[in-house]
Amino acid sequence: MTIAAEARTTHHLPQNWLVRLLDNKSFLIFLCLLPAAALLLIFLTYPLGLGIWLAFTDTKIGRSGHFIGFENFTSLMQDRVFITSVWNTLLYTGVATVGKFALGLWLALLLNNHLPFKSLLRALILVPWIVPTVLSAIAFWWIYDPQFSIISYVLVDVLGWRTTYIDFLGEPWAARWSLIAANTWRGIPFVAISLLAGLQTISPALYEAAMLDGANAWQRFRHVTFPMLMPILAVVLTFSVLFTFTDFQLVYAITRGGPINSTHLMATLAFQRGIPGGQLGEGAAIAVAMIPFLVLATLFSYYALARRKWQQGEDND
Amino acid sequence: MTDHAAAERPHLVEKENSGVIDWSSGPRRFITVYLPLSIFVIVLLFPFYWMAITAIKPNAELYDYKTYNPFWVSSPTLDNIKRLLFQTDYPQWLLTTMTVATVATVLSLFSSVLAAYAIQRLKFKGSQYVGLAIYLAYLVPPSILFIPMATLIFQLGLFDSQWALILTYPTFLIPFCTWLLIGYFKSIPYELEECAMIDGATRLQILWQITLPLALPGLISAGIFAFTLSWNEFIYTLAFIQSAEKKTVPVAVLTQLVEGDVYHWGSLMAGALLGSIPVALLYSFFVDYYVASLTGAVKE
Repeated sequence: MTIAAEARTTHHLPQNWLVRLLDNKSFLIFLCLLPAAALLLIFLTYPLGLGIWLAFTDTKIGRSGHFIGFENFTSLMQDRVFITSVWNTLLYTGVATVGKFALGLWLALLLNNHLPFKSLLRALILVPWIVPTVLSAIAFWWIYDPQFSIISYVLVDVLGWRTTYIDFLGEPWAARWSLIAANTWRGIPFVAISLLAGLQTISPALYEAAMLDGANAWQRFRHVTFPMLMPILAVVLTFSVLFTFTDFQLVYAITRGGPINSTHLMATLAFQRGIPGGQLGEGAAIAVAMIPFLVLATLFSYYALARRKWQQGEDND
Repeated sequence: MTDHAAAERPHLVEKENSGVIDWSSGPRRFITVYLPLSIFVIVLLFPFYWMAITAIKPNAELYDYKTYNPFWVSSPTLDNIKRLLFQTDYPQWLLTTMTVATVATVLSLFSSVLAAYAIQRLKFKGSQYVGLAIYLAYLVPPSILFIPMATLIFQLGLFDSQWALILTYPTFLIPFCTWLLIGYFKSIPYELEECAMIDGATRLQILWQITLPLALPGLISAGIFAFTLSWNEFIYTLAFIQSAEKKTVPVAVLTQLVEGDVYHWGSLMAGALLGSIPVALLYSFFVDYYVASLTGAVKE
C-alpha cells in the first residue's frame, strides 16, 4: 500500500508536458502510426498513383512527359509482343497455380501422416522457398542448359528414352514449359506448408464421425477435408495467384523474355520497355494493365476471408 | 459397400492411434506415403545439390559427361569459390546485402511494432480500416511499383545509393510485419496492460516493458522473415542501382558474373550457393519461427 503510494508520487514528479503529451491517447496513436504511414504513403501510395498517371503520358527517362490519353494503351493493343506477354502471363499463372496446388495439396496430405523425422522433413521441404529466387533460378538455368542439361543427360544417356538433347530454352514453347516447371517447383513448399497448417486444425472427431457413417477415404477427403480446408485454400490461392501473375525474377533470370521475346511476362516486358528501354510511360502502362487482374484476385480474397469469419462464428473485428 | 468399409476401418483406426504401427499395411504405406514423399524431397532439393556439386567441380569434369559421372565429383576444387572471393567484388556485394537487409529490417520492425500496437491496443475509431489498408498494401506487388518508384527515387536524388533500397524495402516489409504482429498482440491478454495502467505506468512503458517482451516470438518471426525477404529482393535493386560495387548479391550474381557469351558456370553456381548460405543458416536456426510466420500470415 505504502509502496504503491510512493510509486505514484515519484511518478508524478517528473510529469512535465512531454510525458503528459505521450500519455495522451490521440497523440500517441498519431505518433505510433506516423513512421509506418509516412513510409507507406511516400513509397507505396504515391508511386501507385504516379504509375497510373505515367501510364497516360509519354514520359521517357530524363524527359518529363505530356498527357496523351489512352495512346499508350491503344498502341499496346497492336503490339504483338505485348499481346504475347498477356497470354504468357495468363498461361504461366494458370498452369503453374494448378500445378502448385495439386502437388502442394498432395504433399500436405502426405506430411499429415505420422512420419518419423517430421519436423526435419518439413524444414527440408521449405528450403526452395527460403533461398533467393534468382539464385535458384540460376541453378535452373544451368539445369536447362542446351548442351550440359542434367535432365537431357538422364533421358538420353542413362535411360535412352530420347536420342537428342532437349533445347529447353531455345524454342518458345519448350521455354514456356520450362519456366512454368521452375515456378511450380518454387511454389510447392509454400502451398504445402500453409495447407498442412490448415489440415492440422481439422478436428479428428470429424473423421471419426465420417468413418462411423461408413465414408471411404475419398469421401472423407471430398466431404470433410476439402470443405474444412476451403477458407485457408482461398487465401493461399489468392496470394499465390497474385505473386505468380506479377512474377518477374524467374523469367528475368532464366530467359530474359527470350527466345525472340516469346516468354515475356507483363512484368518483365514492363521492365524492359521502362528501365533499359527508357520508355517510362509505356512501361507504366504495361504495369497498370496488370491492375484489373490484381483487383479481381483481391476481391476474391476479401470475400473468402469474410466467409471464413462467418464460418467460424467470429464477428468482424 | 459394407465389406469395403469394414476392410478400410481397422487400417484407419491403427493410423489414428499414433503409437500403434500396422505392420501388415507396410508395403501399401510405402507405395502411398514414403515413395511419393521421397520423390518430392528429391525433386525439391535436387537443384541445390546440383548447385553445390557444380560449384566444386573443376572445368574438365564440368563439361565432360562421357568420362566423368556428372552426379559426382572425383577431384573437388575450391578454385571457383576462390575466384569469386578474390577476383570479383563478391565480398563487397555480401556486405552491401547484409547492411541493406539489416537496416531495412530494423526500420520496418520499428514502424510495424508501433503501428500494430496502435491498431490492436490503442483501439480508435477506424482502426479496423487502417488494418485493412495495411493488408491491401501487402497485395500491391513490386512489379507494378518499380517504374514510378524509379522516377521518385531519381527526383529525391537517391538513385544508385543504398538509401534507395533501405527506404523502398519497407513498402513490402511493413505490411507483412504489421499484419503478423497484430495477430501476436491479439493473443496477449489485455488484462496485463490494464494492471500496469492501474499501477501508474504510461502507455509507452506498457509497450516497452510488458507487451514487447511477451510478443518476443512474434518479433523474432517478423524480424527473420523481413530479413529473408530483403535478402531475396531483386527488382528494386535491378532498377535503382547502377554501380557494380553497390549491387546486392542476387542482382550482382546475375548481372556481373554473366558477361558476354561465355558463362563460367562454376563461379555462377558458387555465387548462387554462397548467396544462399546466410539465409539458409538463419533458417536452420529459426525453422519454427519461419513456419509460424508463414502460416500466421496466411491464417490471420
